[in-house]
Amino acid sequence: MSEALIRFISKPHPVTGVTNSKLGVWCFLASEVMLFGGLFSAYIFLRTGVSDWPQGWTLLNVPLATLNTMVLIISSVTMVMAWASLAMKNLSKYRVFMGLTILLGVTFLVVKSFEYGHKFEHHHFPSTSNFYAIYFTLTGLHGIHVLVGVLVNLYFLLPGSALWKKDPDQLMGRVEAAGLYWHFVDLVWIFLFPTLYLL
Amino acid sequence: MTHLTEDAIKRHVRIYISVFAALAFLTIVTVAISYLHLPVLKAVTIALIIATIKGALVALFFMHLSAEKAIIYSVLLLTVVFFLALLILPAVTALGV
Repeated sequence: MSEALIRFISKPHPVTGVTNSKLGVWCFLASEVMLFGGLFSAYIFLRTGVSDWPQGWTLLNVPLATLNTMVLIISSVTMVMAWASLAMKNLSKYRVFMGLTILLGVTFLVVKSFEYGHKFEHHHFPSTSNFYAIYFTLTGLHGIHVLVGVLVNLYFLLPGSALWKKDPDQLMGRVEAAGLYWHFVDLVWIFLFPTLYLL
Repeated sequence: MTHLTEDAIKRHVRIYISVFAALAFLTIVTVAISYLHLPVLKAVTIALIIATIKGALVALFFMHLSAEKAIIYSVLLLTVVFFLALLILPAVTALGV
């Protein structure tokens, strides 16, 4: 019944040329661009509204954030390699790369929690200043996105991979969609890192 | 991207590794430049140019936008227009134009 309701999820739609799931994920990502765009816009507003906006590197831990940037970039590579492994019909390799992606996502969150812990120890909260308010809002929202990505990837590593036997094309499409989300999360961090930490 | 030959996938993998190297290099460059403590306008310009190049690499190669269907580009074009409006409006307001 459900297969009859949602069509073109493993084969491209004849009109659009892409699967409905891929088009759906791109529309979702478009809404995500607007969500983060609104917050970036708020950042510009806050920063240009005052003459003495603090420079990120005087308040935040640049080496830790650089480490986290590298962790996310590597996780994007392992994610795309997980998809490529499925394309090469190698499920065990897929599991290794997907497992690594999850591990790197968790590493990012652990490093971030150390950073947050350090800030809280020094009584730096979102209410401390406009800088910390936008810092915690942007990095917090991004962190939630990483957490969601880890959970989605965990699903595709464990129960979700059972689909491989039934419909490998559909699993590939799903992993590609999860990858699009994961790369988007990486892309957001690529802009967050210099904006908050280096400028 | 569902039905690729083995050679095509191997070519993809080589591209992914090259993109990773470029992203790692550009991250190091971004951090190194930040230690020069350039004037704000110059620092913002350089950092945003590098971030845009990195973002483009992720979108083009990891997200497969270099070879995507027209419908996806249409969705993205609309997104870019509204995203730029979101960024430009506060900047214009702040400048009092």
